[in-house]
Amino acid sequence: MPTVTYAGRDVELNGEGFFEDPAQWSEEMAPEIARAEGIDELSEDHWRVIKFMRTEYEEKGTGPTVRLLGKTSGVSVKELYQLFPKGPAKVAAKIAGIPKPRGCI
Amino acid sequence: MSDAIEKVSIIVSKGSLEGVYPALIMANGARAEGIEANLFFTFFGLDAVHKKRFEHIKVATVGNPGLHVATMAGGLPGMSSVMTHYMERKMEKLDIPPIPEFLEMISDTGAGLYACKASVDLFELTKDDLIDQVKDIITVGEFYELAAGGQIIFT
Repeated sequence: MPTVTYAGRDVELNGEGFFEDPAQWSEEMAPEIARAEGIDELSEDHWRVIKFMRTEYEEKGTGPTVRLLGKTSGVSVKELYQLFPKGPAKVAAKIAGIPKPRGCI
Repeated sequence: MSDAIEKVSIIVSKGSLEGVYPALIMANGARAEGIEANLFFTFFGLDAVHKKRFEHIKVATVGNPGLHVATMAGGLPGMSSVMTHYMERKMEKLDIPPIPEFLEMISDTGAGLYACKASVDLFELTKDDLIDQVKDIITVGEFYELAAGGQIIFT
């Protein structure tokens, strides 16, 4: 279980780089995590997705899959992949400090 | 992480519901993981990208022991439609999209959809018979070029 420092605070990640404890996350950490994921700057649209992921997780206990994101976040599947080329749900969840969404669709 | 899969090319050779869905789910799932994905539709799998047929993909009710329907009963007229309708309702509840919507979504994820030239010729089709998401009609050689450096999955 690696410990890394984001925005000056130690956080614990699992083997895949997702937060072990979403409560350790804060918004200031997002740009740093994003850079490690190859996203140099977080646009307004990135933030819209990240905040949506966070809210969904807080309400439902799990983050949405790409299909759900496309249907409910107001950002289309095409745009989602432009924003997060390495997998919108997966990468946005990592940046939002929540566990990797589980789901096959 | 060095042995992580970075690219998959999935061949769809069957035109039944149970033949098409696994390939679409695998392609979509690959893209969700950030894996590059291509779909290659060949032989009866072409029905999945055929404008007039892709909304009418059916469950095979004969020669499908997993369905647990007696072969004679499976062959009754309308059986395939009834079973397909039943499956589609169940899938809708799980938010698994219908094939046309699923193909559009997969295309939007950046996955490439291709049709097999030999099959297109065999069934006397043209690009116009295929849905717009099909990027190209390609030869087997071109498929291998496209698939180079990745995994190939045949369904």
